[in-house]
Amino acid sequence: MRAVLFRELRAMFLSPLAWTLLAVIQFILAWIFLIQMDEFMQIQPRLAKLASAPGVTDIIATPLLNSAAMVVMFLTPLMSMRLLSDEYRNGTYTLLSSAPISKTAIVLGKYSSLLIFLLIVMAITAAMPLSLLLGSVLDLGKLFAGVLGLGLAIASFGAIGLFFSSITSRPTVAATGTYGLLLFLWLINMASGAEGKGSALFAWISPINHLHKMLSGLISSADVIYFLLLTVSFLALTVKQLDSRSKGS
Amino acid sequence: MDTLITASNINHYYGSFHAVQNLSLELKRGEIVGLLGPNGAGKSTSMEIITGNITPSSGSVELLGIDLLQEPQKAKAALGYLPEQPPLYRNMTIAEYLVFCARLHGIARPQLKYASSEAMEKCGLVGMEKRLIANLSKGYQQRVGIAQAIIHKPAIIILDEPTSGLDPNQIIEIRDLIRELGREHGVILSTHILPEVQSICSQAVILNRGRIVFSDDISNIDSSSPSSILIQLERAPELNSILDIDGVSVADRTEDGYIRLELDDEASTSAVAEQIAANNWGLSEFRPEQNSLEQIFTRLTMDEENIV
Repeated sequence: MRAVLFRELRAMFLSPLAWTLLAVIQFILAWIFLIQMDEFMQIQPRLAKLASAPGVTDIIATPLLNSAAMVVMFLTPLMSMRLLSDEYRNGTYTLLSSAPISKTAIVLGKYSSLLIFLLIVMAITAAMPLSLLLGSVLDLGKLFAGVLGLGLAIASFGAIGLFFSSITSRPTVAATGTYGLLLFLWLINMASGAEGKGSALFAWISPINHLHKMLSGLISSADVIYFLLLTVSFLALTVKQLDSRSKGS
Repeated sequence: MDTLITASNINHYYGSFHAVQNLSLELKRGEIVGLLGPNGAGKSTSMEIITGNITPSSGSVELLGIDLLQEPQKAKAALGYLPEQPPLYRNMTIAEYLVFCARLHGIARPQLKYASSEAMEKCGLVGMEKRLIANLSKGYQQRVGIAQAIIHKPAIIILDEPTSGLDPNQIIEIRDLIRELGREHGVILSTHILPEVQSICSQAVILNRGRIVFSDDISNIDSSSPSSILIQLERAPELNSILDIDGVSVADRTEDGYIRLELDDEASTSAVAEQIAANNWGLSEFRPEQNSLEQIFTRLTMDEENIV
């Protein structure tokens, strides 16, 4: 598994794609961060008069993490699409599948490499609000809950991306599929606004609500389990996909 | 000799297409089996099944006595495989790639360098460690593919068309390498080139339409007396007078000016030669035809087509 992981990381950071994405994300999130900072500066005098006013964490960190989740949703497919599709297309998958390693090890190796990249994204995102510690006081508990929520969401997005990469030898198809499912999950939440029996279910399926609860500082095991379930299910589906691939139909 | 591969009654379907039919195969240490067959005969599919890349619809494969379907990881440890398309990462250098392959096969860290340099030496890649695989010629990529298959010194080596895309000198080198590998390991290779099988393999297996239609030791094929002789005469007589020679059953002119003689089963080649020389026809060439494998191949694979 580690051999697969290290090769993948090498390939990832030798290609310009990873660096470009990191730069773009950093730029966009920094922009959002500065906008929130500006807003905070403007309303700060009024906030001071309120009894239980929202603090720096609520006004700067939470919206930033929320935007980060959106941005990551859009970039995950770009990073995940090649993971297995490229191996199929170049015939290198045969090398992995005739080596004495299990399908699970292949999947976990690939997934870990993606996760490491996404953790870097998370780290550079979290670094921005943390920099405020230099001149302000943060609600660290709330920030931690938010970062954890972002991390769990990212992990599940990655697993979905890897699964789509395992079902096709065309990276673009894999990316499109991932976009489709992620956007659908994101938007399915809208259906929950309507009155009706299914609405609670829809609200539960969408990652938005789970994420928002965590961003607001509430870590409940139900939300954590939701993301873990999503991640593990898609990883298991990927292993299953590799298994059925060797049936060769 | 210990048995390395036992494949029995393998069937494989692609949808409703019966790609491999009742294939049974054995490979022993020290053997080189040549898998022959026209395009689409099921050679690659059979190899993919033996290497665990395709799960057969039915049948079983044992590598070193370990069931490939029950314990795939354990069984695959004994395996080195070069697929038709060499599985190369284009953006890696040769050394990086081989070290990766060695790690995949569980070679311990201290031995990685040694294993990869040994494989490079065997495949004639010395001095090219730092070259990017994407920039290599087809022949060198093929060599890297072979290096990858032997880096962990597997008991079983499976090569799908190992000499394709190589120049004649490289072909000779690779054949020598395969011959050498065949001494300690068991090798299965597929090819379109019949003389290749005759020159390096100990056993030939011909596949047609997913079925084994022929399987025998090469020595049995070669030792059989030539079934025909090509001669060239400067003063060629009528074919009838050649037919009068004892032992000649058929005489025929070929397109390129030779006369092909087919001999009776008990006729001796030397006696026929003496008689032709005694007739003073200006015998300038006398050549027994050694392409018996080719004849077998054509007969078996063409017949089938005619029936269908």
